[in-house]
Amino acid sequence: MDTFLQQLVNGLTLGCVYAVVALGYTMVYGIVQLINFAHGEVVMIGAMVAFSVITALAGSGMPPLAIVLLSLLAAIPACMLVGYTVERIAYRPLRNAPRLAPLITAIGVSIILQHVALLIWGRNYIAFPQIVRTESYVLTTSVNSATITNIQIAIIVLSVVMMAGLIALIYKTRIGIAMRATSQNAAVAGLMGINVNSVISFTFIIGAGLGAVAGVMVGSYYGIAYYQMGFLLGLKAFSAAVLGGIGNLGGAVLGGLLIGVIEAFGAGYMGDVTNVCTLNQFLPGFAAMCDANSNASLLGSNYKEVYAFVVLILVLRFRPSGLLGERVSDRA
Amino acid sequence: MTTLLSIKNLHIGYGGIQAVKGIDIHVEQGELVTLIGANGAGKTTTLKAITGLLKPTAGTIEYDGKNIVGEPTYKIASQGLVLVPEGRGVFPGLTITENLQMGAYSRPRHERASIAEDIEHKFSLFPRLKERAKQTAGTLSGGEQQMLAISRALMARPKLLLLDEPSMGLAPIMVQKIFEVVREVSRRGVTILLIEQNAKLALQVSQRGYVMDGGIVTLSGDSKSLLVDPKVREAYLGEDVAV
Ligand SMILES: Nc1ncnc2c1ncn2[C@@H]1O[C@H](COP(=O)(O)OP(=O)(O)OP(=O)(O)O)[C@@H](O)[C@H]1O
Ligand SMILES: [Mg+2]
Repeated sequence: MDTFLQQLVNGLTLGCVYAVVALGYTMVYGIVQLINFAHGEVVMIGAMVAFSVITALAGSGMPPLAIVLLSLLAAIPACMLVGYTVERIAYRPLRNAPRLAPLITAIGVSIILQHVALLIWGRNYIAFPQIVRTESYVLTTSVNSATITNIQIAIIVLSVVMMAGLIALIYKTRIGIAMRATSQNAAVAGLMGINVNSVISFTFIIGAGLGAVAGVMVGSYYGIAYYQMGFLLGLKAFSAAVLGGIGNLGGAVLGGLLIGVIEAFGAGYMGDVTNVCTLNQFLPGFAAMCDANSNASLLGSNYKEVYAFVVLILVLRFRPSGLLGERVSDRA
Repeated sequence: MTTLLSIKNLHIGYGGIQAVKGIDIHVEQGELVTLIGANGAGKTTTLKAITGLLKPTAGTIEYDGKNIVGEPTYKIASQGLVLVPEGRGVFPGLTITENLQMGAYSRPRHERASIAEDIEHKFSLFPRLKERAKQTAGTLSGGEQQMLAISRALMARPKLLLLDEPSMGLAPIMVQKIFEVVREVSRRGVTILLIEQNAKLALQVSQRGYVMDGGIVTLSGDSKSLLVDPKVREAYLGEDVAV
């Protein structure tokens, strides 16, 4: 039971990060029908910038929380600038080009951003200085109770606040309604006096800002950053967006949480379930492997990256537009 | 009278194909002018050029005394030149109220209170819209969507309203209602350029008319005289004039 609770906590934490990143994919897709493959790299840059700020200030004697806050204040505008610039110079000229052109461009931009990061921060894994002491809080009264750390709490709270803020922005404000109008019919939005280019830039900027915070969160959670970290993270978050129904904000959140939880449970349970000694009782033939290593399993936690994608494929097989995918008639 | 819209020698093409081949149209302040013509005559294309959605290959479009060719659509719209596009173009996923709010997008923020009043005013004109204020526009019937599209355009308090076939695809009773609205809007002082295929009704409500065919203006003049013009009667009113 405690393993269950523990994996749930871990999965939700990770899921929040995926959800925040997935929102960036889904917002951009909703407004320009472009899969912004460079979004994962924006997240990576957020983590890297935060790393630089934290490293520079770690010995300064400033309160740890202030340092983390400053790292966010640096990462957010840096990523917003990257998001804005990428749209402005790489995607906008291709707005009316065949869809393959911006897609290939997005992949190109993603590679360029990786290499820029490589030049600035090097090719090695870089460790975040542990300035905030990790505190664990027990969740139940049993001896080996599941725990939640202060960092996990911070990630979950921050993510929920950002999601709520984004929903308020998109559903309650003038610019938010204009974003939805533009995504439904950009030409008519222009006829209403909406500057469509500004709205699209704004969307990239907001998505990149969310990505920056996500980058700082994963960096602090795992304690490391790496110039290629955006690839797998971006791929999972993109899958989360597709799983939930791309273009749909609630779908991105649901998809992100699901991917996080599936990944955690996959890592936590699949190893035990596919333990060769257990399997040998039902399906003889693993005896030799079991003798060699009684803990060997067919699908150990090394496979944790796979489960999310397996679920994605299965869901899309039966619901091609994703779990909360829009009915086609909702679009203009 | 001052000229609000003056189009001179306008040419518009799609790729190599010329859809509009040198037309001259002018609309005076306060007028209700109609532009009629068969399918493919180039009416919608002309409106797209006026609103900046298409770039003309030649010619000038003067609005309120200044050439607006090359200006982006949103800037043209925010000068009070508002188009109700062919096929209505309501935002299907936005509520009725949100659609109306977007109509007022170019009005300054401090007009908030009067924007809210204008929304109420549109609701009083079209009680159907009020009943469904919080539903998405995609759930409205075609006629209701046209009411919404016109109301939304009026939210901008336009100086010049362009209507592209507002009666298209509607039941006769709805067509009557739309034309009543157009007449009423005109009476309240809004200058209107009305594109129609329903030539008879269009010529009845308007003061002047242009007839377009194959990308050129073939006839123009007082709506009253166009209504009795044998060529118009034969080609656009479906009347047999061979006596
Ligand atoms: N996107 C386009 N690409 C190429 N040709 C086009 C395009 N849109 C319109 N045309 C052509 O331009 C000509 C004028 O079309 P337009 O839509 O302006 O006609 P219209 O007078 O509005 O007709 P209708 O009454 O059917 O709406 C037609 O021959 C049409 O086929
Ligand atoms: Mg047309």
